[in-house]
Amino acid sequence: MKKVISLADAVALIPDGAVLMIGGFLAVGSPRRLIDELVRQRKTGLTIIANDTARPDVGIGKLVVEKLVRKVIVSHIGTNRETQRQMMEGEIEVELVPQGTLAERIRAAGFGLGGVLTPTGVGTVAAEGKPTITIDDRVFLLEKPLRADFALIGAKQADYSGNLEYALTARNFNPLMAAAAAVVIAEAEDIVPIGVIPPDSVITPNALVDYLVAKVRHHG
Amino acid sequence: MDEKDLIARRIALELKDGDLVNLGIGLPTLVARHLRPGATVLFQSENGLIGMQPLPEEGLQDEDLIDAGGGPIGAIPGACAFDSAMSFGLIRGGHLDVTVLGGLQVDQKGMLANWTVPGKMVPGMGGAMDLVTGAKRVIVAMTHAAKGAPKIVARCSLPITSLRRVDLIVTDMAVIEPTDKGLVLKEVAPGISVQAVLQATEAELTVPADVPEMPVAGRPVERP
Repeated sequence: MKKVISLADAVALIPDGAVLMIGGFLAVGSPRRLIDELVRQRKTGLTIIANDTARPDVGIGKLVVEKLVRKVIVSHIGTNRETQRQMMEGEIEVELVPQGTLAERIRAAGFGLGGVLTPTGVGTVAAEGKPTITIDDRVFLLEKPLRADFALIGAKQADYSGNLEYALTARNFNPLMAAAAAVVIAEAEDIVPIGVIPPDSVITPNALVDYLVAKVRHHG
Repeated sequence: MDEKDLIARRIALELKDGDLVNLGIGLPTLVARHLRPGATVLFQSENGLIGMQPLPEEGLQDEDLIDAGGGPIGAIPGACAFDSAMSFGLIRGGHLDVTVLGGLQVDQKGMLANWTVPGKMVPGMGGAMDLVTGAKRVIVAMTHAAKGAPKIVARCSLPITSLRRVDLIVTDMAVIEPTDKGLVLKEVAPGISVQAVLQATEAELTVPADVPEMPVAGRPVERP
Protein backbone atom coordinates (compact mmCIF):
# COMPACT_ATOMS: atom_id res chain seq x y z
CA MET A 1 0.00 0.00 0.00
CA LYS A 2 1.22 3.46 -0.88
CA LYS A 3 1.39 5.40 2.34
CA VAL A 4 2.76 8.74 1.26
CA ILE A 5 0.05 11.36 0.99
CA SER A 6 0.06 15.13 0.56
CA LEU A 7 -0.33 17.29 3.64
CA ALA A 8 -3.66 18.67 2.41
CA ASP A 9 -5.03 15.22 1.57
CA ALA A 10 -3.97 13.85 4.95
CA VAL A 11 -5.85 16.50 6.88
CA ALA A 12 -8.82 16.28 4.50
CA LEU A 13 -9.36 12.75 5.90
CA ILE A 14 -10.22 14.26 9.27
CA PRO A 15 -13.87 15.28 9.76
CA ASP A 16 -15.07 18.10 12.01
CA GLY A 17 -15.70 16.79 15.52
CA ALA A 18 -13.04 14.08 15.28
CA VAL A 19 -11.16 12.76 18.30
CA LEU A 20 -7.44 13.31 17.70
CA MET A 21 -4.38 12.15 19.58
CA ILE A 22 -1.49 14.50 18.92
CA GLY A 23 2.04 13.60 20.00
CA GLY A 24 4.42 16.03 21.62
CA PHE A 25 5.45 17.47 24.97
CA LEU A 26 5.21 21.24 25.06
CA ALA A 27 5.26 21.04 21.24
CA VAL A 28 8.54 19.10 21.08
CA GLY A 29 7.70 16.04 19.01
CA SER A 30 4.40 17.48 17.76
CA PRO A 31 3.61 17.18 14.04
CA ARG A 32 3.92 20.89 13.22
CA ARG A 33 2.82 20.80 9.59
CA LEU A 34 -0.27 18.74 10.36
CA ILE A 35 -1.28 21.17 13.10
CA ASP A 36 -0.85 24.15 10.79
CA GLU A 37 -2.89 22.38 8.12
CA LEU A 38 -5.71 21.66 10.62
CA VAL A 39 -5.83 25.41 11.19
CA ARG A 40 -5.73 26.18 7.45
CA GLN A 41 -8.58 23.75 6.70
CA ARG A 42 -10.54 25.05 9.73
CA LYS A 43 -11.35 21.67 11.25
CA THR A 44 -13.70 22.45 14.13
CA GLY A 45 -15.23 20.81 17.19
CA LEU A 46 -12.14 18.68 17.74
CA THR A 47 -11.41 16.62 20.82
CA ILE A 48 -7.66 16.58 21.45
CA ILE A 49 -5.89 13.94 23.52
CA ALA A 50 -2.34 15.07 24.25
CA ASN A 51 0.08 15.67 27.08
CA ASP A 52 -0.54 19.43 27.15
CA THR A 53 -1.73 22.37 25.07
CA ALA A 54 1.77 23.87 24.73
CA ARG A 55 1.83 27.67 24.51
CA PRO A 56 -0.74 29.84 22.71
CA ASP A 57 1.46 30.45 19.66
CA VAL A 58 3.03 26.99 19.43
CA GLY A 59 1.95 23.46 18.54
CA ILE A 60 -1.44 22.36 19.87
CA GLY A 61 -1.81 25.83 21.38
CA LYS A 62 -2.57 27.16 17.90
CA LEU A 63 -5.65 24.93 17.63
CA VAL A 64 -6.93 26.26 20.97
CA VAL A 65 -6.32 29.88 20.03
CA GLU A 66 -8.17 29.34 16.73
CA LYS A 67 -11.14 27.92 18.71
CA LEU A 68 -11.11 24.65 16.81
CA VAL A 69 -11.15 22.56 19.98
CA ARG A 70 -14.27 21.48 21.89
CA LYS A 71 -12.51 19.35 24.48
CA VAL A 72 -8.99 18.46 25.59
CA ILE A 73 -7.90 15.41 27.57
CA VAL A 74 -4.44 16.38 28.87
CA SER A 75 -2.18 16.24 31.92
CA HIS A 76 -1.75 19.99 32.20
CA ILE A 77 -2.67 23.35 30.67
CA GLY A 78 -0.39 25.45 32.87
CA THR A 79 1.69 26.79 29.98
CA ASN A 80 -1.27 28.01 27.95
CA ARG A 81 -3.25 30.91 29.42
CA GLU A 82 -5.71 30.78 26.52
CA THR A 83 -6.73 27.20 27.38
CA GLN A 84 -7.20 28.27 30.99
CA ARG A 85 -9.24 31.31 29.95
CA GLN A 86 -11.48 29.26 27.65
CA MET A 87 -11.97 26.69 30.42
CA MET A 88 -12.97 29.38 32.96
CA GLU A 89 -15.37 30.92 30.39
CA GLY A 90 -16.88 27.52 29.64
CA GLU A 91 -15.77 27.62 26.00
CA ILE A 92 -13.67 24.46 26.19
CA GLU A 93 -14.03 21.29 28.20
CA VAL A 94 -10.84 20.20 29.98
CA GLU A 95 -10.35 16.71 31.38
CA LEU A 96 -7.16 16.55 33.43
CA VAL A 97 -5.42 13.18 33.72
CA PRO A 98 -2.20 12.46 35.65
CA GLN A 99 0.59 12.21 33.07
CA GLY A 100 1.55 8.62 33.80
CA THR A 101 -2.09 7.57 33.80
CA LEU A 102 -2.63 9.31 30.46
CA ALA A 103 0.29 7.36 28.99
CA GLU A 104 -1.05 4.07 30.35
CA ARG A 105 -4.64 4.69 29.22
CA ILE A 106 -3.38 5.30 25.69
CA ARG A 107 -1.07 2.30 25.87
CA ALA A 108 -3.92 0.11 27.13
CA ALA A 109 -6.08 1.04 24.15
CA GLY A 110 -3.29 0.39 21.70
CA PHE A 111 -2.25 -2.90 23.24
CA GLY A 112 -5.71 -4.39 23.58
CA LEU A 113 -6.06 -4.14 27.35
CA GLY A 114 -9.34 -3.52 29.13
CA GLY A 115 -7.79 -0.83 31.31
CA VAL A 116 -5.00 -0.34 33.81
CA LEU A 117 -4.79 -0.42 37.60
CA THR A 118 -2.72 2.44 38.97
CA PRO A 119 -2.03 3.68 42.51
CA THR A 120 -1.73 7.22 41.14
CA GLY A 121 -4.65 9.43 42.08
CA VAL A 122 -6.19 7.17 44.75
CA GLY A 123 -7.86 9.41 47.35
CA THR A 124 -7.58 12.54 45.19
CA VAL A 125 -9.98 14.36 42.88
CA ALA A 126 -8.51 12.28 40.03
CA ALA A 127 -10.30 9.26 41.54
CA GLU A 128 -13.79 10.73 41.37
CA GLY A 129 -16.24 8.40 39.67
CA LYS A 130 -13.70 5.63 39.17
CA PRO A 131 -13.82 2.17 40.74
CA THR A 132 -11.02 1.13 43.08
CA ILE A 133 -9.71 -2.42 43.26
CA THR A 134 -7.66 -3.85 46.12
CA ILE A 135 -4.92 -6.30 45.17
CA ASP A 136 -2.63 -7.77 47.83
CA ASP A 137 -3.73 -5.02 50.25
CA ARG A 138 -2.85 -2.19 47.87
CA VAL A 139 -5.59 0.04 46.47
CA PHE A 140 -5.60 0.87 42.75
CA LEU A 141 -7.76 2.98 40.49
CA LEU A 142 -9.27 1.34 37.46
CA GLU A 143 -8.46 3.58 34.52
CA LYS A 144 -10.09 2.86 31.19
CA PRO A 145 -8.40 2.75 27.78
CA LEU A 146 -8.31 5.93 25.75
CA ARG A 147 -8.56 5.69 21.97
CA ALA A 148 -8.97 8.13 19.12
CA ASP A 149 -10.23 8.39 15.56
CA PHE A 150 -6.87 9.69 14.37
CA ALA A 151 -3.36 9.85 15.80
CA LEU A 152 -1.12 12.60 14.45
CA ILE A 153 2.48 11.57 15.03
CA GLY A 154 5.65 13.65 14.87
CA ALA A 155 8.77 11.61 14.04
CA LYS A 156 12.39 12.41 13.35
CA GLN A 157 12.74 10.06 10.44
CA ALA A 158 10.51 7.64 8.54
CA ASP A 159 11.19 5.19 5.77
CA TYR A 160 8.73 4.82 2.90
CA SER A 161 7.19 1.75 4.53
CA GLY A 162 6.23 3.82 7.58
CA ASN A 163 8.84 2.71 10.10
CA LEU A 164 9.49 5.59 12.51
CA GLU A 165 12.42 6.84 14.57
CA TYR A 166 12.32 9.64 17.11
CA ALA A 167 14.82 12.05 18.60
CA LEU A 168 15.52 12.49 22.31
CA THR A 169 12.62 14.04 24.23
CA ALA A 170 10.56 14.38 21.04
CA ARG A 171 9.53 10.72 21.41
CA ASN A 172 7.25 11.14 24.47
CA PHE A 173 3.65 10.09 23.68
CA ASN A 174 4.14 9.48 19.95
CA PRO A 175 4.85 5.71 19.97
CA LEU A 176 1.94 5.10 22.38
CA MET A 177 -0.52 7.08 20.30
CA ALA A 178 0.58 5.36 17.09
CA ALA A 179 -1.05 2.18 18.43
CA ALA A 180 -4.21 3.71 19.86
CA ALA A 181 -6.09 5.33 16.95
CA ALA A 182 -8.18 3.99 14.07
CA VAL A 183 -6.12 5.98 11.53
CA VAL A 184 -2.48 6.94 12.09
CA ILE A 185 -0.92 9.81 10.15
CA ALA A 186 2.79 10.40 10.67
CA GLU A 187 4.79 13.46 9.80
CA ALA A 188 8.56 12.99 9.77
CA GLU A 189 11.32 15.53 9.39
CA ASP A 190 12.75 13.26 6.73
CA ILE A 191 11.63 10.22 4.74
CA VAL A 192 14.43 7.87 3.72
CA PRO A 193 14.51 4.78 1.48
CA ILE A 194 13.27 1.49 2.92
CA GLY A 195 16.19 -0.28 4.60
CA VAL A 196 18.03 2.88 5.64
CA ILE A 197 16.67 2.72 9.19
CA PRO A 198 18.22 -0.33 10.89
CA PRO A 199 15.54 -2.70 12.28
CA ASP A 200 16.86 -2.21 15.82
CA SER A 201 16.40 1.56 15.55
CA VAL A 202 12.73 1.42 14.60
CA ILE A 203 10.58 2.55 17.52
CA THR A 204 7.17 2.58 15.81
CA PRO A 205 6.70 -0.39 13.43
CA ASN A 206 5.40 0.38 9.94
CA ALA A 207 2.35 -1.83 10.51
CA LEU A 208 0.91 0.86 12.80
CA VAL A 209 1.29 3.75 10.37
CA ASP A 210 -1.46 4.28 7.78
CA TYR A 211 -0.24 7.47 6.12
CA LEU A 212 3.00 9.40 5.85
CA VAL A 213 2.86 13.09 5.02
CA ALA A 214 4.95 13.80 1.92
CA LYS A 215 8.17 15.70 2.34
CA VAL A 216 8.41 19.31 1.26
CA ARG A 217 10.03 19.05 -2.18
CA HIS A 218 13.02 21.30 -2.62
CA HIS A 219 13.90 20.22 -6.15
CA GLY A 220 12.71 17.89 -8.91
CA MET B 1 22.44 33.19 49.12
CA ASP B 2 18.68 33.80 49.16
CA GLU B 3 15.95 31.67 50.74
CA LYS B 4 15.51 29.48 47.68
CA ASP B 5 19.23 28.79 47.42
CA LEU B 6 19.27 27.84 51.09
CA ILE B 7 16.49 25.29 50.52
CA ALA B 8 18.17 23.94 47.39
CA ARG B 9 21.56 23.72 49.10
CA ARG B 10 20.11 21.77 52.03
CA ILE B 11 18.25 19.35 49.75
CA ALA B 12 21.39 18.75 47.67
CA LEU B 13 22.87 17.11 50.80
CA GLU B 14 20.10 14.49 50.66
CA LEU B 15 21.12 13.18 47.22
CA LYS B 16 23.52 10.25 47.17
CA ASP B 17 25.87 9.08 44.43
CA GLY B 18 24.04 6.79 42.05
CA ASP B 19 20.60 8.14 42.93
CA LEU B 20 18.10 8.57 40.10
CA VAL B 21 16.43 11.90 40.84
CA ASN B 22 13.54 13.87 39.35
CA LEU B 23 13.44 17.60 40.12
CA GLY B 24 10.13 19.42 39.79
CA ILE B 25 9.72 22.69 37.94
CA GLY B 26 10.73 25.92 39.71
CA LEU B 27 12.54 25.93 43.04
CA PRO B 28 13.47 22.20 42.92
CA THR B 29 15.51 22.69 39.71
CA LEU B 30 17.94 24.83 41.76
CA VAL B 31 19.03 21.72 43.68
CA ALA B 32 21.18 20.52 40.76
CA ARG B 33 23.36 23.65 41.10
CA HIS B 34 24.32 22.80 44.65
CA LEU B 35 25.62 19.26 44.29
CA ARG B 36 29.17 18.78 45.47
CA PRO B 37 31.72 18.60 42.64
CA GLY B 38 32.12 15.04 41.40
CA ALA B 39 28.66 13.91 42.55
CA THR B 40 27.29 11.15 40.32
CA VAL B 41 23.57 11.78 40.69
CA LEU B 42 21.51 10.97 37.58
CA PHE B 43 18.64 13.27 36.72
CA GLN B 44 15.47 12.10 35.03
CA SER B 45 13.25 14.42 33.05
CA GLU B 46 9.75 12.93 32.89
CA ASN B 47 9.33 13.88 29.25
CA GLY B 48 11.64 11.00 28.49
CA LEU B 49 15.29 11.26 29.47
CA ILE B 50 17.76 10.01 32.04
CA GLY B 51 20.99 11.99 32.12
CA MET B 52 19.85 15.58 31.79
CA GLN B 53 22.30 18.35 32.53
CA PRO B 54 22.25 22.13 32.13
CA LEU B 55 22.30 23.53 28.61
CA PRO B 56 25.73 22.79 27.17
CA GLU B 57 27.98 25.11 25.26
CA GLU B 58 27.22 26.17 21.69
CA GLY B 59 27.47 23.25 19.29
CA LEU B 60 26.12 20.59 21.65
CA GLN B 61 22.51 21.77 21.90
CA ASP B 62 19.53 20.06 20.24
CA GLU B 63 16.07 21.52 19.73
CA ASP B 64 14.50 18.14 20.49
CA LEU B 65 16.00 18.19 23.98
CA ILE B 66 13.93 19.99 26.63
CA ASP B 67 13.13 19.51 30.28
CA ALA B 68 9.61 19.02 31.63
CA GLY B 69 9.20 22.79 31.90
CA GLY B 70 9.98 23.26 28.22
CA GLY B 71 13.43 24.79 28.72
CA PRO B 72 16.40 23.68 26.61
CA ILE B 73 18.75 21.24 28.38
CA GLY B 74 21.79 19.12 27.67
CA ALA B 75 22.38 15.41 28.07
CA ILE B 76 25.42 13.69 29.55
CA PRO B 77 27.33 11.00 27.65
CA GLY B 78 25.44 7.82 28.52
CA ALA B 79 22.08 9.56 28.63
CA CYS B 80 19.10 7.59 27.36
CA ALA B 81 15.75 8.58 25.86
CA PHE B 82 12.42 6.77 26.11
CA ASP B 83 8.68 7.25 25.73
CA SER B 84 6.23 8.52 28.33
CA ALA B 85 5.06 5.04 29.38
CA MET B 86 8.64 4.04 30.22
CA SER B 87 9.24 7.37 31.91
CA PHE B 88 6.28 6.95 34.23
CA GLY B 89 6.99 3.25 34.62
CA LEU B 90 10.31 4.33 36.12
CA ILE B 91 8.48 6.74 38.41
CA ARG B 92 5.55 4.55 39.44
CA GLY B 93 7.47 1.29 39.47
CA GLY B 94 9.76 2.26 42.32
CA HIS B 95 12.85 2.86 40.16
CA LEU B 96 13.14 6.56 40.98
CA ASP B 97 15.14 7.11 44.17
CA VAL B 98 14.17 10.69 44.93
CA THR B 99 11.80 13.35 43.70
CA VAL B 100 12.01 16.95 44.84
CA LEU B 101 8.78 18.89 44.36
CA GLY B 102 7.41 22.28 45.24
CA GLY B 103 4.51 22.56 47.67
CA LEU B 104 1.47 24.72 48.35
CA GLN B 105 0.58 22.96 51.63
CA VAL B 106 1.73 19.98 53.68
CA ASP B 107 -0.46 18.76 56.50
CA GLN B 108 -0.08 17.12 59.90
CA LYS B 109 -0.06 13.67 58.31
CA GLY B 110 2.60 14.65 55.79
CA MET B 111 0.21 14.81 52.87
CA LEU B 112 1.11 17.25 50.12
CA ALA B 113 -1.08 19.61 48.09
CA ASN B 114 0.86 21.09 45.20
CA TRP B 115 -1.10 21.10 41.98
CA THR B 116 -4.12 23.36 42.13
CA VAL B 117 -5.85 26.26 43.82
CA PRO B 118 -9.44 25.69 42.68
CA GLY B 119 -10.94 28.71 40.97
CA LYS B 120 -7.61 30.53 40.83
CA MET B 121 -4.90 28.30 39.46
CA VAL B 122 -5.88 25.15 37.59
CA PRO B 123 -2.80 24.18 35.62
CA GLY B 124 -3.34 20.42 35.90
CA MET B 125 -1.36 17.86 37.85
CA GLY B 126 1.09 16.97 35.07
CA GLY B 127 3.34 14.30 36.54
CA ALA B 128 3.01 15.37 40.18
CA MET B 129 0.52 12.70 41.29
CA ASP B 130 2.63 9.92 39.78
CA LEU B 131 5.85 11.32 41.29
CA VAL B 132 4.47 11.65 44.82
CA THR B 133 2.79 8.25 44.67
CA GLY B 134 5.68 6.35 43.11
CA ALA B 135 9.08 7.79 44.04
CA LYS B 136 11.02 5.97 46.75
CA ARG B 137 11.63 9.27 48.53
CA VAL B 138 9.61 12.47 48.23
CA ILE B 139 11.21 15.73 49.36
CA VAL B 140 9.15 18.91 49.43
CA ALA B 141 10.97 22.17 48.72
CA MET B 142 8.97 25.25 49.65
CA THR B 143 8.98 28.48 51.59
CA HIS B 144 7.70 28.00 55.14
CA ALA B 145 4.86 30.49 54.70
CA ALA B 146 3.17 32.33 51.84
CA LYS B 147 2.51 36.03 52.52
CA GLY B 148 2.52 35.28 56.24
CA ALA B 149 0.10 32.35 55.96
CA PRO B 150 1.51 29.02 57.18
CA LYS B 151 1.93 26.35 54.51
CA ILE B 152 2.47 23.55 57.00
CA VAL B 153 -1.08 23.14 58.20
CA ALA B 154 -3.24 20.89 60.37
CA ARG B 155 -5.17 19.71 57.35
CA CYS B 156 -4.74 20.64 53.68
CA SER B 157 -7.50 22.96 52.52
CA LEU B 158 -6.31 22.51 48.92
CA PRO B 159 -6.82 19.26 46.97
CA ILE B 160 -4.07 16.79 47.85
CA THR B 161 -1.68 15.33 45.30
CA SER B 162 -1.49 11.84 46.81
CA LEU B 163 -2.42 9.93 49.96
CA ARG B 164 1.27 9.02 50.26
CA ARG B 165 3.10 10.67 53.16
CA VAL B 166 6.08 12.72 51.99
CA ASP B 167 9.48 11.89 53.47
CA LEU B 168 11.01 15.30 54.16
CA ILE B 169 10.00 18.97 54.08
CA VAL B 170 12.76 21.53 53.60
CA THR B 171 11.82 25.19 53.97
CA ASP B 172 13.71 28.45 54.43
CA MET B 173 13.17 28.06 58.19
CA ALA B 174 13.40 24.36 58.97
CA VAL B 175 13.79 20.72 58.02
CA ILE B 176 10.76 18.70 59.08
CA GLU B 177 10.22 14.95 58.87
CA PRO B 178 6.71 13.52 58.71
CA THR B 179 6.51 10.30 60.75
CA ASP B 180 3.87 7.87 62.06
CA LYS B 181 3.61 10.13 65.10
CA GLY B 182 3.30 13.40 63.22
CA LEU B 183 5.73 16.09 62.11
CA VAL B 184 9.16 16.19 63.75
CA LEU B 185 11.36 19.28 63.66
CA LYS B 186 14.79 18.03 62.61
CA GLU B 187 16.77 21.22 61.90
CA VAL B 188 16.41 24.99 61.92
CA ALA B 189 17.87 27.38 59.36
CA PRO B 190 20.84 29.53 60.37
CA GLY B 191 19.62 32.44 62.50
CA ILE B 192 16.13 30.96 63.02
CA SER B 193 14.94 29.93 66.48
CA VAL B 194 12.77 26.92 67.27
CA GLN B 195 10.21 29.38 68.64
CA ALA B 196 10.08 31.23 65.33
CA VAL B 197 9.49 27.97 63.46
CA LEU B 198 6.65 27.01 65.82
CA GLN B 199 5.04 30.42 65.35
CA ALA B 200 5.16 30.11 61.56
CA THR B 201 3.71 26.58 61.56
CA GLU B 202 0.01 25.79 61.95
CA ALA B 203 0.47 22.04 62.29
CA GLU B 204 1.69 20.56 65.55
CA LEU B 205 5.45 19.95 65.59
CA THR B 206 7.31 17.51 67.78
CA VAL B 207 10.46 19.25 69.00
CA PRO B 208 13.30 16.95 70.11
CA ALA B 209 15.64 18.05 72.90
CA ASP B 210 18.34 18.86 70.39
CA VAL B 211 17.46 20.63 67.13
CA PRO B 212 20.66 21.32 65.18
CA GLU B 213 21.19 24.06 62.63
CA MET B 214 21.00 23.11 58.94
CA PRO B 215 24.49 22.06 57.83
CA VAL B 216 24.66 24.64 55.07
CA ALA B 217 27.85 26.67 55.01
CA GLY B 218 28.13 29.88 53.05
CA ARG B 219 27.09 33.45 53.22
CA PRO B 220 24.17 34.43 55.48
CA VAL B 221 20.69 34.16 54.06
CA GLU B 222 19.27 37.42 52.75
CA ARG B 223 15.69 37.63 53.93
CA PRO B 224 13.27 40.17 52.49
